[in-house]
Amino acid sequence: MHILKKTLLATAALALVSVGTANAASDGKRGMDGQLNILYWQAASILNPYLSGGTKDINAASMILEPLAYYDETGAMVPALAEEIPTPENGGVSDDLTSVTWKLKKGVTWSDGTPFTAKDVVFSAKYCMDPTGGCNASSNFSDVDSVEAIDDNTVKITFSVAKPFPYGPFVGTTAPIIQEAQFKDCLGAKAPTCTAANFGPIGTGPFTVTEFKANDVVVYAANDKYREEGKPAFATAVFKGGGEAAAAARSVLETGEFDYAWNLQVEPEILAQMAAAGKGTVVTSFGTSVERLMVQATNVDPALGDKRGTIEGGVHPFLNDPAVREALSRAIDRQVLVDAGYGKAGQVTCNVLPAPAVYVSTANDDCKVQDVDKANKLLDDAGWAKGSDGIRAKDGVRLSILYQTSTNGVRQGTQALIKQMWAAIGVETELKNISASVFFGGDQSSPDTFQKFFADIEMYTNNFDGTDPEKYMGSWTCKNIPSPANQWIGNNMPRYCNAEYDALVAEMGKTASIEKRAALAMKMNDMLMQARAMIPLIHRGNVSAHSNTLLGVRMNSWDSELWNVQDWTRAK
Amino acid sequence: MLNYTIRRLLFAVPTLLVISFIIFAILDLAPSDPTGNLPLTIPAEVRAQIREALGLGQPFPIRYMKWLQQFFINEPLNMMEQWWGIQIGDSANRLRVTSWATRSPVVDLIVERMPQTLWVVGMSYVLGILIALPIGVISAYKQYSIFDQIGTFISMIGFSVPTFFTGIVLIVIFSVQLGWLPSIYDTTLQVTDWPSFWKQVKQMMMPVFVLALFNAAQIARFMRSSMLDNLNQDYVRTARAKGLREQTVVLTHVLRNSLIPVVTVIALGIPQVFGGAIITEQIFRVNGLGQLLIIGIEGADIPLVQTLTFIFAVLIVLFNLVADLLYGILDPRIRYD
Repeated sequence: MHILKKTLLATAALALVSVGTANAASDGKRGMDGQLNILYWQAASILNPYLSGGTKDINAASMILEPLAYYDETGAMVPALAEEIPTPENGGVSDDLTSVTWKLKKGVTWSDGTPFTAKDVVFSAKYCMDPTGGCNASSNFSDVDSVEAIDDNTVKITFSVAKPFPYGPFVGTTAPIIQEAQFKDCLGAKAPTCTAANFGPIGTGPFTVTEFKANDVVVYAANDKYREEGKPAFATAVFKGGGEAAAAARSVLETGEFDYAWNLQVEPEILAQMAAAGKGTVVTSFGTSVERLMVQATNVDPALGDKRGTIEGGVHPFLNDPAVREALSRAIDRQVLVDAGYGKAGQVTCNVLPAPAVYVSTANDDCKVQDVDKANKLLDDAGWAKGSDGIRAKDGVRLSILYQTSTNGVRQGTQALIKQMWAAIGVETELKNISASVFFGGDQSSPDTFQKFFADIEMYTNNFDGTDPEKYMGSWTCKNIPSPANQWIGNNMPRYCNAEYDALVAEMGKTASIEKRAALAMKMNDMLMQARAMIPLIHRGNVSAHSNTLLGVRMNSWDSELWNVQDWTRAK
Repeated sequence: MLNYTIRRLLFAVPTLLVISFIIFAILDLAPSDPTGNLPLTIPAEVRAQIREALGLGQPFPIRYMKWLQQFFINEPLNMMEQWWGIQIGDSANRLRVTSWATRSPVVDLIVERMPQTLWVVGMSYVLGILIALPIGVISAYKQYSIFDQIGTFISMIGFSVPTFFTGIVLIVIFSVQLGWLPSIYDTTLQVTDWPSFWKQVKQMMMPVFVLALFNAAQIARFMRSSMLDNLNQDYVRTARAKGLREQTVVLTHVLRNSLIPVVTVIALGIPQVFGGAIITEQIFRVNGLGQLLIIGIEGADIPLVQTLTFIFAVLIVLFNLVADLLYGILDPRIRYD
């Protein structure tokens, strides 16, 4: 009984997740700055990123394993193991966009002293593309036909279709290069049996693992074979896990025991108070995460049985009215939500595609300011009249919303605020929260998953990996609508279906020029926003903190926060 | 007594089998999903592949039988191999109970975490008992004295103030304000000399104190009431009438009799030591068994949670037996045969 009670309490005490990082140049000697202490309140479980999609695991591994290229803090690609970024201009990408050829840096060795060659790249692709291995990064390798080593320093990746953005495989720390010699017996179903390799991968990066305690701590030492002279500046590093975000913030900002703490989703005032102690600095960066409301287009009446929440079940009784959708959006004061729950880690947004800058539309910016009068007028004009209980209704349909999200302190705070804002326009709201592992889990038998969406409104954050929005914008095509026919798989939670939109998605798949792609992406974003398939609320940033004695942090939302750990140094 | 012990142990087998089935069924029916905590950028098809690779595609009875085989046959075989350095059969291909999050054998994870849990939680239990017994005895002997009042007050505080509160208060005072003690437990610390021993003592101080306060409060109350029950008994008056010294009366006669129920309570509490202290471990990042369990639950790591909870179940059954046996040893009036 005790254990159960403690479990419940601890569950309640824990909160949420996301990614992000910061920098200075070192010209000293390798290992001169002693120990680097990093605290992630979620502990690393495994150091093979292909077997874990968890940000903490990918970041912990990013100090050891390197991809061909990273994304830097602006979202631009920078070569890591590659000599340069292949483009159509330098001949690295073929004219028909079906293949990309990477030139590898020469003379790179693994931390065990053996040479790094194109064969390792080919092997890494084979490892992840094995269908029985359950590779978490396999979407990076979608449409890859073959990966071949032209010579020891050249790799050619061929796609089965034209890829205007061919930088899925081996760009970013989700898909790094692993050593063939170490993992050759670990393919497919045997992947989990290689515990020693999964817990201590041999890499080309600035650090090597000296001790790993799963779900607890990683101890690293500087890789003395690292290719850059004098780096990393730290001789050892510790990656400790556990606890919760506020405690992690305290250990950097108040007690100074740690140098770096990740993902500090802590109430803004508390974080500001801690930062006032003067021991550390809070850093933020913005990627593509947007907290948004999904607006249900189909009828979720339980009486519909199997047809509930599907296109066959018919349209939603009141959310099919564009006036209602618009009113719901206009009634929200997004700045209040930011101030209450996010502080520096949030910005008001009116787009589901909030970054990179070239893709950002300004057509919807009027949502940034709350307009209750206009919302009320919209509803009045559409014939939704207030009843004796203050709730609007039309033809016996009351504006009563079931609004669900995952269990998380900040989200419940946002829910409560939005409920009040909607009450002001005569909309009744019932709030519901569901444990994250259920809500985001794909259990077919659970009615509470975000795919089934048996509610009128649901709220969560989504984003995309890397900087190319093609796949992300493709989420809202008709064929991506979750339904019993596709086992409720699909990312089109609002059940948005528009042939014109689908055509734009198809066109983007054939367009190579970045300007045209940006124009298409913006047009798609605007279509979704004007149909109010989704109501964007907050552009969410990543918040971390580092000690004032730690230099070189370049906070990054596009890749691992620790992407440039080789450049970190200790202030003298 | 031996007969009784064997009979109880035999009865424990079906009980534990039923428990293991119930735990497995509950975990299986729970609507959480091991891919649920992955970033949303991982598409559904990939998630389906991951689930398949974890063995979730198989029907429930097969997964349960597999777990039984892995836990009751493969793991003991593996343990024997490691202890005696021998090889039994095809050990390279023998499947062990494997965690979904770390993809490593669950038993190894548990063994890795034993030291810090036993040190911190075990030490706090021992310390709690050492504090509680004298307080309980004196409080009862001098009922309603100032000592008793203060003891009761402290017990009430220890009992009613949750550990997540005392833990944070201690961190704010000793780590943030004074900077004397570390707020984060270093599980990689090796005690090799006096300075590293002192470091270990320093990092254990706060978590041990928090838990010891809680444990001591409970046991002290038990001890006190048990002593009070006995102090008014006829045999105490007889002992005093015989002219025995007060010290002998209290410490030999009353204390021994009063300890019987307290020892039972202490024995029944030992499985909790192995269960770790979920909240305290989280606050001080001791990362022992309690933290392992909570991570497993959050990440829907079913093999891990199943194995851990089952081991707790075994310990609870075992220590219930130990408590019963101790009762028989301490109290000559109780005979099982």
